[in-house]
Amino acid sequence: MGLAKRIIPCLDVTAGRVVKGVNFVNLVDAGDPVEIARRYDEQGADELTFLDITATSDDRDLILHIIEAVAAQVFIPLTVGGGVRAVEDVRRLLHAGADKVTINTAAVFNPQLVKNCSDRFGSQCIVVAIDAKQTVWGATPAWEIFTHGGRKPTGLDAVAWARKMQGLGAGEILLTSMDRDGAKIGFDLNLTRAISDTLTIPVIASGGVGNLQHLVDGVKLGGADAVLAASIFHFGEYTVEQAKKHMREQGIEVRL
Amino acid sequence: MPVLSEVADVAIIDYGMGNLLSVSKAFEHVAPQSKIIVTSDPAVIAAATRVVFPGVGAMPDCMRELKQRGLTEAVKQAAASKPFLGICLGMQALFVHSEEGDCAGLGLLSGKVRRFPAAAMRDEHGQKLKVPHIGWNQVHQTAMGAKPHPLWAGIEDGARFYFVHSYYAEPASQDVVAGFTRYPFAFTCAVAQDMLFAVQFHPEKSQAAGLRLLANFVTWDGLR
Repeated sequence: MGLAKRIIPCLDVTAGRVVKGVNFVNLVDAGDPVEIARRYDEQGADELTFLDITATSDDRDLILHIIEAVAAQVFIPLTVGGGVRAVEDVRRLLHAGADKVTINTAAVFNPQLVKNCSDRFGSQCIVVAIDAKQTVWGATPAWEIFTHGGRKPTGLDAVAWARKMQGLGAGEILLTSMDRDGAKIGFDLNLTRAISDTLTIPVIASGGVGNLQHLVDGVKLGGADAVLAASIFHFGEYTVEQAKKHMREQGIEVRL
Repeated sequence: MPVLSEVADVAIIDYGMGNLLSVSKAFEHVAPQSKIIVTSDPAVIAAATRVVFPGVGAMPDCMRELKQRGLTEAVKQAAASKPFLGICLGMQALFVHSEEGDCAGLGLLSGKVRRFPAAAMRDEHGQKLKVPHIGWNQVHQTAMGAKPHPLWAGIEDGARFYFVHSYYAEPASQDVVAGFTRYPFAFTCAVAQDMLFAVQFHPEKSQAAGLRLLANFVTWDGLR
């Protein structure tokens, strides 16, 4: 027995509500963030991730209040991301009760931000989020990174980028397949395996979970250290506890 | 000399390193009647009934911040004189030396802090183990003398706690080891010496088991 594989429910938050979309668009209301966080904690979630998908800066402070409220009631690790552009953004989120902060778009435009943040706060709290899409560059399959919530291509190779982020002090990678996000057909296992094999830091697989076997595959075939899912939990299809029991039946060590 | 208006039941040391809000919220949750003060004032720390020394980040920054804020002596005195709980970096800093930045610690415990060695990070199936060690791992309590340490009361042996770290403490003496964890080898995740108790994991983030440990600390008289 040793370290358990983690199940991380993800809450996309905007205007103070949890929402869920398909391929980053068509958002549907999924409920109150504090209420949902408490429910997942009771079900045995190992960690919670909040992604602030608010498009405008006006509502930025809302996420701080949400994190403060959750941190006063839920005593498991909280990761927060979305719109993080500066060291000061990271400081404010950590101060509000976040344990880890994810940096996505800003890392592409300013990779030094990852180093500055990990030097200042420790690499254990800096998660670099990568949104990647399968592409064709030469003969081998490859994945290109997109920014701005998956809207802008960058021409960057996801595997090389992940290595670079590890070198700059990222403590963990949150890897989302944009091809799979919301499609409920399972993780992009080749992408997950390629990134996990090349890194020495943990990888959280994200994007595409439609059933419990997908979570198992992410760990066993993709080599993920943690699996992240949203819609299968938000709409009550499965509880986190059911997911863990299924993983344990398949021989994966979990916290139950 | 300022007059202390209130004496803290629990003083949480603020030296600019860490998730102080998470730690204080967790104490407020388990001890709603207690006076919990987050402080960087040596006088408040000296007057407190019990002291918590949290911390995340890097060891050289930790030692520098303690020094700059004039807290080094306050931490040492508290650790030697009253119920004292070190968490994560707050455990590592108690040792003589850390490999992280080749840095001297407070020297309250003999031993050193080492990085997980890349070459050893394989599980029994040959799978690569990642560093940082992030997530929920089992804490095996060690029998210290005739009975288990009071801070383990009501916590199952082998219960899972939340870890996030790349370095681990290696005490010079087995006598201070209160708990160990395997990743993949056994490393010390809890130490106890007199009224000092320190853990590598994060009780404030370890749900029921962690809250129980904090509740035990709040009522601990410092005796075995």
